[in-house]
Amino acid sequence: MDVNTDLAMWSNQLIISAMIVYAVAMIFYAFDLFGGRELKQSEAGAASAAKPSNVRRTNRKTTTALLDPPQTDASVETTTGSGRDKPRRGARIGTSLLVLAVILHAAAVLTRALSVMRVPWGNMMEYVLTATAITVIVFLIVNVKKDIRYLGTIVAGGVLLCLGLAITVFYTPAAKLIPALDSYWIAIHVPIAILSTSLLYISAILAVFQILKSSQENKDPKWLRFMRRMPASIDLERFSYTIAAVGFITWTFTLIAGAIWAEVAWSRYWGWDSKEIWTFVVWVIYAAYLHARATRGWGPTKVAVLNLIGIATVIFNFTVVNMYFNGLHSYSGL
Amino acid sequence: MAKKTADKKAGSSKPAVSQPQLGFIGMCRWAWRQLTTMRVALILLLVLAMAAIPGSLLPQRIQDPGRVNTFLESNGAWGQFLDTIQMFDVYSSIWFSAIYLLLMISLIGCVIPRSAQHWKAMRSAPPKAPRRLGRMPGYETFTSATGSAESRETADQDFLDAAQARLKRLGYRTVRNTDHVAAERGYLRETGNLVFHIALLVATLTMAIGSLFGYEGQRILVEGDTFTNSLVSYDSFEPGSYYDADNLPDFRLRLDDFHATFDDQAPGSQFGQPRTFDAKVTTTADGKSEKHTLRVNEPVRVAGTGVYLTGNGYAPEVTVKDAKGQVVQSGPQVFIPDGGDPGYTSEGVMKVPDAAGTQMGFVGVFLPTATQNENGELVSSFAGLRNPYLVMSGYTGDLGLDDGTPQSVYTIEAENMTEMTDASGNPLLIQLSPGETQELPDGGSVTFDGVKRYIAVDISQDPTQGLMLASAIAVLLGLGLSLFIPRRRMWVRIKDGQAEVAALARGEDSMVERAAKDLAKDLADETADDSADEAEGRSSGQRKDGAAGPEVARSGKTID
Ligand code: HEM
Repeated sequence: MDVNTDLAMWSNQLIISAMIVYAVAMIFYAFDLFGGRELKQSEAGAASAAKPSNVRRTNRKTTTALLDPPQTDASVETTTGSGRDKPRRGARIGTSLLVLAVILHAAAVLTRALSVMRVPWGNMMEYVLTATAITVIVFLIVNVKKDIRYLGTIVAGGVLLCLGLAITVFYTPAAKLIPALDSYWIAIHVPIAILSTSLLYISAILAVFQILKSSQENKDPKWLRFMRRMPASIDLERFSYTIAAVGFITWTFTLIAGAIWAEVAWSRYWGWDSKEIWTFVVWVIYAAYLHARATRGWGPTKVAVLNLIGIATVIFNFTVVNMYFNGLHSYSGL
Repeated sequence: MAKKTADKKAGSSKPAVSQPQLGFIGMCRWAWRQLTTMRVALILLLVLAMAAIPGSLLPQRIQDPGRVNTFLESNGAWGQFLDTIQMFDVYSSIWFSAIYLLLMISLIGCVIPRSAQHWKAMRSAPPKAPRRLGRMPGYETFTSATGSAESRETADQDFLDAAQARLKRLGYRTVRNTDHVAAERGYLRETGNLVFHIALLVATLTMAIGSLFGYEGQRILVEGDTFTNSLVSYDSFEPGSYYDADNLPDFRLRLDDFHATFDDQAPGSQFGQPRTFDAKVTTTADGKSEKHTLRVNEPVRVAGTGVYLTGNGYAPEVTVKDAKGQVVQSGPQVFIPDGGDPGYTSEGVMKVPDAAGTQMGFVGVFLPTATQNENGELVSSFAGLRNPYLVMSGYTGDLGLDDGTPQSVYTIEAENMTEMTDASGNPLLIQLSPGETQELPDGGSVTFDGVKRYIAVDISQDPTQGLMLASAIAVLLGLGLSLFIPRRRMWVRIKDGQAEVAALARGEDSMVERAAKDLAKDLADETADDSADEAEGRSSGQRKDGAAGPEVARSGKTID
């Protein structure tokens, strides 16, 4: 049972340092998102930049949703940059800090894993620690393909909140695994579950932005001015969907791998254990979300609400089910 | 909230329902058509998700009938009501079954016509180009190499040849028309979607069938015990409706040794947590004996049956002598650990029906590592065997074994028994460390000889597991194809050297525009190379600047 307590302590220190950098990154991102000085200066530019998307929207009404040209890249550039010539300094600093934070964060995960010489997701605290790191990495990777820095505030803020919970409510000292978890399936089932959670989370915040943007497009209330620089809601919707679709596949894999593991551990692949129930509920809700998108009469905002219900069940499955429900999945370590 | 809107939707289609003279057949047809719409499938999915939730909030008989009984006892009429509406058997309830059966029917009604349609689509040629390609989401136009007027006709045909060849190479099915090539790709998307939905059906059916033809049983084995696979050897046995219990596969399983380790170094909540459970077992089937290590995540499979380690605990070995000095009870007694206690404080009973004079019974607590806590109470501070200690009270009288009602081996009905007392009339407390003996007040004695370990195993058979795995893999593959294979039509048209490339997505496809752009560029480059070659033959160097390809004009985006 040799646990390297020095390394475990290092890991805790690294978490704190990462949190500090995340906090600063979040502030810079927030400046970028809500604009401040830059927005005022470029309000005229922003308004004109928002126009083309409106024009496109009316065009779209003549075609069906499936025929829409995405044309996102161009619109992201013109509509998210506040004033074409203004570099988004806040976002740039935010991203640099996020990279620094995630390096510290990854080091925290690594030292934690090395301190116990096993995968770093043996209890709730470690799960949160790893899942948040993966979320930031997914966010940064997606960013290489497509500028979604406008999500930075919420990504950094969410990670900060989760890490705060990890070192307080969920805190669990470093130790070896209990026999129930000691299986190679933990290296297959859990990381894919973590990846799914990260993807579905990013899809969900895109859905929130989509709802806000579409309200801005239609009514343009004062408090949503900052949304003017966002890509058109239809593009946000499509992107949110693409990520959710990947998340749905990985979640399906999580569910199947979980069932195979359950057979190995508990003699049956499916027994309606509370964790199994909620994994099923999550799966069915996202299946409904995918269906809703292809169903006439379900507008993009309603579909986005389903996405949000989906992420709510994911979070419920992780927090309430783990901590308060009776079941075989008693690995919270609390 | 989503449900509300869904319901409203269903409500808003009511007017169509109340159209006159539908007739019975008409009604059925209407119901069938409704059931197989995407909208109803969607509502059923949402309802299914909600219907699954109560099973996680209330105790379920399939998991823990004991907790259901406790709940019923403490909740009176409310509990009765919940039981009437099958809230403790959610997943076999009428309402839950109705939802998923409707969904299955809806699925069948949706999959069959779509399969037929897809079959046709796969065998028909890609449709001709619409008149105005400029309306397509992906659209490029450019001037291909210009030749002389008389050679233009052939140049155009050559261009279409090249375009067709290139599209074929990109995996499109193509058809050549007089002035254009029509192409389509991504049939696998729909195939994947159908595979996904059909595999879901198969998986659901398999699940239902598996529970009919398999069985599951439990058994506790103390070190040294041998289990022979027959009905009487099980502590509990639950066969599926069609399981033939006379045909249990023939095998034996012996627990040679069980070893557990617990963490004695980790701080806080991790202290005392189990780290390894290793059961050494010997199986015998078909006359062959094999040794295995049975672990929590490593079942032993023998004769088509799985043996799974699901629990473990201590079995103190106790010898009881009666007043005559006869040994009336001897051997390990299974004590059940309190699930919530990391220290494995365990409770058990011992029934001694054959003592001279009167029957005896003992109720006790076993502490693997006995310590006094700050209140002076005896507790077990660690799950490992560090300071084993047995504390029991004794009873005499009628154990009630003879009246024929089945009894749990883990409890004693003490109503008809009197508690043993010591010399001063206080309840007798038997407290023993291994090797110690305590005399009983009316003669006889109890000796704590030592401690053995035991394991609890699940033994089960499910003949449909292989099929289930196959359908699960099909679900995953089908889903991957259906979500990520782009289905797309493309057209390449040329008229007097003026080429058009258009792409249309069928279903989600973020790359349509890109596809048109790339193809246009490639074709432009290709013809440029060709004409550059030709040009080189005639007047070398003249067209060098043209090698970058003829000007690719991006279409005006403003459609209409
Ligand atoms: C057990 C019930 C069902 C589940 C879990 C389920 C699940 C799914 C999922 C996850 C997708 C996404 C794949 C994709 O977008 O291509 C999908 C697509 C689809 N499903 Fe189902 N489905 C079910 C029942 C049905 C039924 C009853 C119908 C027909 C009424 C149906 C019709 C469709 C159609 C047409 C699509 C394609 C949508 C698209 O292309 O986006 N499904 N289904």
